Amino acid sequence: MRIPCPLCGPRDRREFTYYGSDDYLNRPAPDAGAGPWDDHLHLRANPAGETHDLWYHEAGCAQWLRVHRNTVSHEIYGAALVAGLKGGAQ
Amino acid sequence: MRYSGFKVFTEGLFGNSGWKPAWRDPAPKAEYDILIIGGGGHGLATAYYLAKNHGLRNIAVLEKGYLGGGNVGRNTTIVRANYFLPGNSEFYSHSLKLWEKLEGELNYNVMHSQRGQLILAHSDGQRDALARRGNAIVNQGDDAELWSLDQVRDFAPYLDFEQTRFPIYGGLMQRRAGTARHDAVAWGYARGADRLGVDLIQNCEVTGIDIENGRVTGVQTTRGAIKARKVGMVVAGRSSQVAAMAGMRLPIESHVLQAFVTEGLKPVIDSVISFGMGHFYISQSDKGGLVFGGDLDFYASYAARGNLPMLEHVMEAAMTLMPMIGRAKILRGWGGIMDMTPDGSPIIDKAPVEGLFVDAGWNYGGFKATPASGWCMAHLMATGEPHEVARRFRLDRFRTGHVLDEEGTGSQHNLH
Ligand SMILES: Cc1cc2nc3c(=O)[nH]c(=O)nc-3n(C[C@H](O)[C@H](O)[C@H](O)COP(=O)(O)OP(=O)(O)OC[C@H]3O[C@@H](n4cnc5c(N)ncnc54)[C@H](O)[C@@H]3O)c2cc1C
Ligand SMILES: [Zn+2]
Repeated sequence: MRIPCPLCGPRDRREFTYYGSDDYLNRPAPDAGAGPWDDHLHLRANPAGETHDLWYHEAGCAQWLRVHRNTVSHEIYGAALVAGLKGGAQ
Repeated sequence: MRYSGFKVFTEGLFGNSGWKPAWRDPAPKAEYDILIIGGGGHGLATAYYLAKNHGLRNIAVLEKGYLGGGNVGRNTTIVRANYFLPGNSEFYSHSLKLWEKLEGELNYNVMHSQRGQLILAHSDGQRDALARRGNAIVNQGDDAELWSLDQVRDFAPYLDFEQTRFPIYGGLMQRRAGTARHDAVAWGYARGADRLGVDLIQNCEVTGIDIENGRVTGVQTTRGAIKARKVGMVVAGRSSQVAAMAGMRLPIESHVLQAFVTEGLKPVIDSVISFGMGHFYISQSDKGGLVFGGDLDFYASYAARGNLPMLEHVMEAAMTLMPMIGRAKILRGWGGIMDMTPDGSPIIDKAPVEGLFVDAGWNYGGFKATPASGWCMAHLMATGEPHEVARRFRLDRFRTGHVLDEEGTGSQHNLH
């Protein structure tokens, strides 16, 4: 599996660390209560097919990526830097 | 007698043409009292105990493929009861006791073999943690022995005791742990359930769950609509998809776990051995193949096959622990879809929809849980109350903070 890093180009999966679904980008307010935090941390759509999830290019540019890929075929459609996305570090 | 040495012999003379199917192949009826979605180990065990323990009869199991084609036929068959946390500990203890009587119960040879499991420690801290775990297991009423380096060396002289990177400090042995023949477990429960009148319906995928006024009324399937008063979702790696049919979002992410088997060898490893430093574990099947595996591939996946990085990691761990394995040839590798929860523990609970129940989140340890999962899910569906040993497997425990994080690794789904 190769992930096309916007900064480094296509790189082997071994260079990346997986975090989880891009639900992690929708961080609720600290006082939003148990429901929204449960949603954010635990509950998942968990799609069989196309998904967006977060990968850290640890052995490369040390950037977080939002990767568009397929959980059934392992095909990767593209990747964008999290920095600059809504919810990402500005 | 249905099966005997004599029968095998005579069938051999007549082209094996006289064997009868072990269970019926019924067409679905229009209505049942109870439907179980998923004909894996847990679904079949649930149906069996609903009939056996609770005397219920009008039950069907709906399986989208064939019985035993899911994870129940893809796992590395380790059966143990060495959990630490209250909530897990009594559940797996109950399960192991059911395993010890399973062959008599089902009159089926599931080849349950209590050959022991040895978990290795590679540092003082790890040894202390194993001592603590061992004490908890003994307090629970199960068995555990803390072994010194010399005891480990006597038991498994082929481990690499010379290397300095991950030196072996000792281990924790559970003698009642072991392995079983996974397919036979599915078949045994299937035959048992069938004989108690349960309809086992294969090639029948559930495509929708019918709900009226907050109550479940039946399901839609590829073989037509089926009505029911109670429906249990017992679909392991597919739990999120099936629950979504009832408008639910589960605390589950599906991941792929790989395993491997070598060509058949003479007996060499006579227990289960777990490496404490890199998630590698191994046993030898009765056919002689070395059966081993490691960690998840770590990213969400529904492909029932893995990728090369984890394969390499598992082989490296194997060579580090027992260099002799380098001489064996790998026959096959495969993957299964794991329903990973944010604390690594399962869910057996009512769903928010009346009459709907969920048994899910078995991570990569659900084979050993098969008898107790079926027992407790049947209890819940029949009585409406959680079984005593499964009452902490609640669906809402993440929101309320009552998590069961056995390994203390945090709330990320892939870290358990
Ligand atoms: C490589 C590997 C190694 C493992 N090793 C161990 C081990 O050593 N010890 C251990 O305890 N556990 C182990 N496990 C975990 C264990 O196998 C699972 O937790 C357990 O089998 C899951 O329960 P099940 O048997 O009911 O699942 P499954 O057999 O997967 O049953 C679920 C069934 O539901 C069906 N289904 C899904 N969707 C639908 C639908 N819409 N309609 C109808 N039917 C549907 C599927 O076809 C499937 O047959 C391992 C798993 C893997 C993959
Ligand atoms: Zn990069």
